[in-house]
Amino acid sequence: MVRNFPPDFVVRVDKEACINCLRCVRECPFGVHEYDKEKKKWKRHHEKCVACLRCAYMCPTQAISIERSPMEYSPHPVWTNRVRKDIKTQAETGSVILTAMGNELPYLNYFDHLVLDACQVTNPSIDPLREPMELRTYLGRKPEKVDLDEYDGVELKTKIAPNLKLETPIMFAHMSYGSISIEAQLSMARAAKEVGTYMGTGEGGMHRDLYPYADHIITQVASGRFAVHEEYLKRGAAIEIKIGQGAKPGIGGHLPGTKVTAEISETRMIPEGSDAISPAPHHDIYSIEDLSRLIYALKEATRYKKPVFVKIAAVHNVAPIAVGIIRAGADAVVLDGFRGGTGAAPQVHRDHHGIPIEVAIASVDQRLREEGIRHWGSIIASGGIRSSADVAKAIALGADAVYIGTAALIALGCTVCKKCYTGKCPWGIATQVPELRKRLNPDEGARRAANLLKAWSHELKEILGALGLNSIESLRGNRDRLRGVGLSDVDLEVLGVKPAGR
Amino acid sequence: MCGLGGIFNREGRRIPGDDIITMARMMRDRYDGRGGGFAGYGIYPKYAEYYALHLFFRDEEAKEATEEFLKDRVAIIKDEEVPMRSIKEIPKENIVWRYFVEVPHRFKSRKDCAALEEDYIIETVFTINDEIDGAFVASSGKNMGVFKATGMPDDVARMYKVEKYKAYCWITHGRFPTNTPGWWGGAHPFNLLDWSVVHNGEISSYGTNRRYLEAHGYKCRLLTDTEVVAYLFDLLVRKQGLSLRTAAIALTPPFWKHIDRMPEPKRSIYTALRMTYAPAMLNGPFAIIVANRDTMVGLNDRIKLRPLIAAKSGEFVYIASEEAAIREIQPELEKLWAPRAGNPVIARLHDDVREEVIH
Ligand code: SF4
Ligand code: SF4
Repeated sequence: MVRNFPPDFVVRVDKEACINCLRCVRECPFGVHEYDKEKKKWKRHHEKCVACLRCAYMCPTQAISIERSPMEYSPHPVWTNRVRKDIKTQAETGSVILTAMGNELPYLNYFDHLVLDACQVTNPSIDPLREPMELRTYLGRKPEKVDLDEYDGVELKTKIAPNLKLETPIMFAHMSYGSISIEAQLSMARAAKEVGTYMGTGEGGMHRDLYPYADHIITQVASGRFAVHEEYLKRGAAIEIKIGQGAKPGIGGHLPGTKVTAEISETRMIPEGSDAISPAPHHDIYSIEDLSRLIYALKEATRYKKPVFVKIAAVHNVAPIAVGIIRAGADAVVLDGFRGGTGAAPQVHRDHHGIPIEVAIASVDQRLREEGIRHWGSIIASGGIRSSADVAKAIALGADAVYIGTAALIALGCTVCKKCYTGKCPWGIATQVPELRKRLNPDEGARRAANLLKAWSHELKEILGALGLNSIESLRGNRDRLRGVGLSDVDLEVLGVKPAGR
Repeated sequence: MCGLGGIFNREGRRIPGDDIITMARMMRDRYDGRGGGFAGYGIYPKYAEYYALHLFFRDEEAKEATEEFLKDRVAIIKDEEVPMRSIKEIPKENIVWRYFVEVPHRFKSRKDCAALEEDYIIETVFTINDEIDGAFVASSGKNMGVFKATGMPDDVARMYKVEKYKAYCWITHGRFPTNTPGWWGGAHPFNLLDWSVVHNGEISSYGTNRRYLEAHGYKCRLLTDTEVVAYLFDLLVRKQGLSLRTAAIALTPPFWKHIDRMPEPKRSIYTALRMTYAPAMLNGPFAIIVANRDTMVGLNDRIKLRPLIAAKSGEFVYIASEEAAIREIQPELEKLWAPRAGNPVIARLHDDVREEVIH
């Protein structure tokens, strides 16, 4: 049968400019550029190109450009090109389609239908360059009230549970060593430390190179239980139990044995070359009571000095589940929306499970308040946060802080080519291949990751100033400062936001 | 923009309403006639142990419905129309009635009887405001009352004959509304139990504060941001037992950069307060005067975006939006000053007045 797949992209090379240096051959991890030295002939395997743009930017004469393929199937609104290609792929392979990064289907993006308020006349806006503007955020359980033995600083009778102190309400999401390179992790760890925030280890344990930054690292305990031992738990600033992930709710993970190098094997505490399987459920958690036991086991192991977070994918019933998690003893619930990224996921799960983070934040925040336990735990939102505006909107809807994953990787050079699962990341991020890893310099990476946090923080301060607020806590849950544009009544009701004009 | 004023006699000696009316009149530039009001403490010595409920009724029907409801909930010791002059400046849009009531005896044996009684009154107030169409409780404290309407403060005073009452603590407000339509219930002072608040400015953190209060059972239905101030004081001071000074730290906390420099254990205390009361923090440009039966407090936002002046003369403490309002009624002052942003000025009965330094 003829393999009638039009390529997604075509590689165009300016013959005049090309000097046959073969740089592109070395740069492309996907084998698009092929040069036959004997015949002195080029062949480009357009169908393999993913538009990562690596070759284009490395070509010394800028001879390469990557274009969308003009060749497409006859247009059809239902049987789109993508649908047809997926069917053909599956007819060919008989298997699940793997992909990476976040949901690609054009669901409504609520962030883009929410607008922020601003001050005019009656409430002056505040200039963050002149006045203090505070972003500091504490994550963890807060008491209902503070009991003091008055007077001025005599004695604090209320015991404050351990909290994480963030100088900006933005953290780097959990991306494991194994799914990404140590260079990528180091970049984020240094940036987190510099800016006064945190990064997550993901489920791959903590590489020893990260130890110097451990007080700005949140360790993860996932269903594979890789690397989980007392020292690991004690070393980090907080512990996160991962139940689910927005990009693939309800399913586990799989790091193929070929990627389990000596170093990864040591960090994850599994044999070299063995598949690292994270089962879909934790095999010791089949109910909320089981989760509670694990939370307290981890607290016991760390002498109640570390906050314990629980991460779930935002799914239909997210509000009661999150309430259960907080009641089970978690110090924060992490909600991962369906736009959350991943290193590898079946396309069907990535695109069709879960709910948007905006509605998840709104319903969880509201439910916790209705139950009078909002202060028991914080809400950390993740999954598709793209800008400081998204951060501000997430906080106004009720989040305490956000995690950014994809955005952080983009800062490190990722171009969202969605090939992380191949382990051949052209930009040295989602890879363990030594030659590819060299492409990311952790010093440069740290600078860029820190810059991103600084830039967003700066913008957040400007946003607060325009809102006439000088502290982020006055934006938290302040849905009065949001309005919906082009949303249905039901959407507005769920979000707890008024329509623009009201 | 609004005009605030407060007069407090530290020995509890009562003075007639004339001075507070003058004070309000002096700030004529600060309001536009769409809301004015007064609160006086000590005005009902004969009924001092009863809750004095001041009610607005749109019509007889609302009054009947309310009385029906009240009858089952409280013992009405006395009720009467609030004496009023009819004046051309303010069309009388409400029947104004006052009830002196007592809470049924069922709480008496309980140790926390006072708190239970107060919660019961609050519930009563919320139910009337919420569920009885055309009825609104203007004030519900003991030995105090709120007189307010849509109009200029001195017209409101004339209508209610404010000059005839005697109080040891008076506060007033002239309103220039920019956020909510003017109606009698929306005028200040805003009151709940003993707490009365007058407010100039905007609470930009209203949404955050409101949702925090709602989680604690308060119902914010007045479409004005001022109510959250009264409820926050009620929650923090009456229910949770914070001192006024500590409550001020919670509501207008110092900036982190100052807290970080404090010595221990002060730093931990301030940090704990900020962490815990983050959703109670008041943000936005404001000056407020809050009063209860033994205290008057003046407070500004953390960067003082609205004016507030305090002064002292013998037994009297004055707080106002403008110096002129104070000087007009008391030219001989021991002390007059502009309190720092976020520092509460607290005047207490049988005590001195202090600007508490928290910033
Ligand atoms: S996959 Fe990347 S490196 Fe390879 S040809 Fe395409 S753009 Fe160039
Ligand atoms: S991390 Fe690398 S492989 Fe993954 S999308 Fe980004 S550039 Fe592509």
